[in-house]
Amino acid sequence: MAIFRGLIKFKSNTQKIWGVLIFLTIVTAVEVVLGIYKPPVLMTALMSPFDGGFGATLANVFLSPFIFLKPLNLIFILLTLVKAYYITWDFMHMRDETTALRRMVVWTAVFLVAYLIFILLQEGGYIESIYSSGYIRRDF
Amino acid sequence: MSSTLASTGTEGKTWGGGSAPLKASYGKMMMWFFIVSDALTFSGFLAAYGFSRFKYIESWPIADEVFTHVPFVHGQELPMIYVAFMTFVLIMSSVTMVLAVDAGHHMKKAKVTWYLFLTIIGGLIFVGSQAWEWATFIKGDYGAVQTKGGQILQFVDADSGQRLALRDFAKPIESEREQHLAKNGIWFEGEGAHTTFNLQEVIAGMEAHPNVLVRTQTLDAAGQKTLLNRESSLTQIKTNGKQVVEGANLKVNEYGSPLFADFFFFITGFHGFHVFSGVVINIIIFFNVILGTYERRKNYEMVEKVGLYWHFVDLVWVFVFTFFYLV
Repeated sequence: MAIFRGLIKFKSNTQKIWGVLIFLTIVTAVEVVLGIYKPPVLMTALMSPFDGGFGATLANVFLSPFIFLKPLNLIFILLTLVKAYYITWDFMHMRDETTALRRMVVWTAVFLVAYLIFILLQEGGYIESIYSSGYIRRDF
Repeated sequence: MSSTLASTGTEGKTWGGGSAPLKASYGKMMMWFFIVSDALTFSGFLAAYGFSRFKYIESWPIADEVFTHVPFVHGQELPMIYVAFMTFVLIMSSVTMVLAVDAGHHMKKAKVTWYLFLTIIGGLIFVGSQAWEWATFIKGDYGAVQTKGGQILQFVDADSGQRLALRDFAKPIESEREQHLAKNGIWFEGEGAHTTFNLQEVIAGMEAHPNVLVRTQTLDAAGQKTLLNRESSLTQIKTNGKQVVEGANLKVNEYGSPLFADFFFFITGFHGFHVFSGVVINIIIFFNVILGTYERRKNYEMVEKVGLYWHFVDLVWVFVFTFFYLV
């Protein structure tokens, strides 16, 4: 009956559904407003990449969301995951399923998708570096 | 039902069979597993989109400049407004669906019927909006010139900084060139539709209007497209220009990389097809509800299963919205 870890209590299931709708609408509105105005503060990455040995590479990997992503895009992705959570948990009633079913569905998808994203974006970035280092010319 | 099951002497033993540790019916569980596999398919598409985008990170089209139209509103650039509306429609139809499921739990047939009806209407509005979005995208807006290397050159007014459409400056030249149709040749195939202007007309128009500048695909440090000066604009068009592009299809795309259009058609098309089949399934279930099938069955679990699919379609759209229109 509750969302936000029980912070907001609802009298009935119907009320909870409307609560989730209002929340999702607010999140979407925030995304649209940010997307239209694109505040300049959020358009440059928070940190610059570390330079140096193995430790620097490791730091670059772990802090990649703050080094290689504009804060605006990071906000968009986080808000999307928040929306996905509430759609799955409250609209699809994942909250009421057994822990085992929940894990079967969510963990499988999350692990495979994370792997897929990593492998494809890594490869895309590599090909981009081939283009930009001038091995292949495309600018004619 | 239970009277038909033979007692196997394994009651209470976890691996003895006959128990339902997930406390979900067969149909619901299978719907969940289908959703997992479908989610992986969509992730594959979106990750492939990310791959191509990372590959062309320096020249990818800016979504805000592509999707600027709203039906019945002309001459205004309103990025994102219409997609936001579509997103809201889909979330709203998800809400009516979950309300239908909730009413089903309480065995309220009239309410289930009403909410399912609203869900179907929401789905139809969404599919219709997507069709409109496709039509606008295919028709194009300003037109552009494609170079020999496949780059897209767009046109900008030097005085106002606004984009220029080909029709604003191209100079029509009388010519005899007609579209070649398949019926005119014995073994040749027909050629595609001609663009409104050809390359010579665009070049002539550029020479006649000193305020026309060329904008390349390349993004600068601020994330804007690079503007060439007058001199290099003319050289670029004359030496590298190959053909005029109006609108977008699977081969050419006036907004930038053809891959952008390909992924747009494929991902939103696949999603739109999901919405369409969701509407069809909802209609079938809607009639079953009216006929009282689930009333006689004494449970509305079928509405719940279809609801799972419908919410999943909404879930996918949330991601498509973010990665196609926002990021």
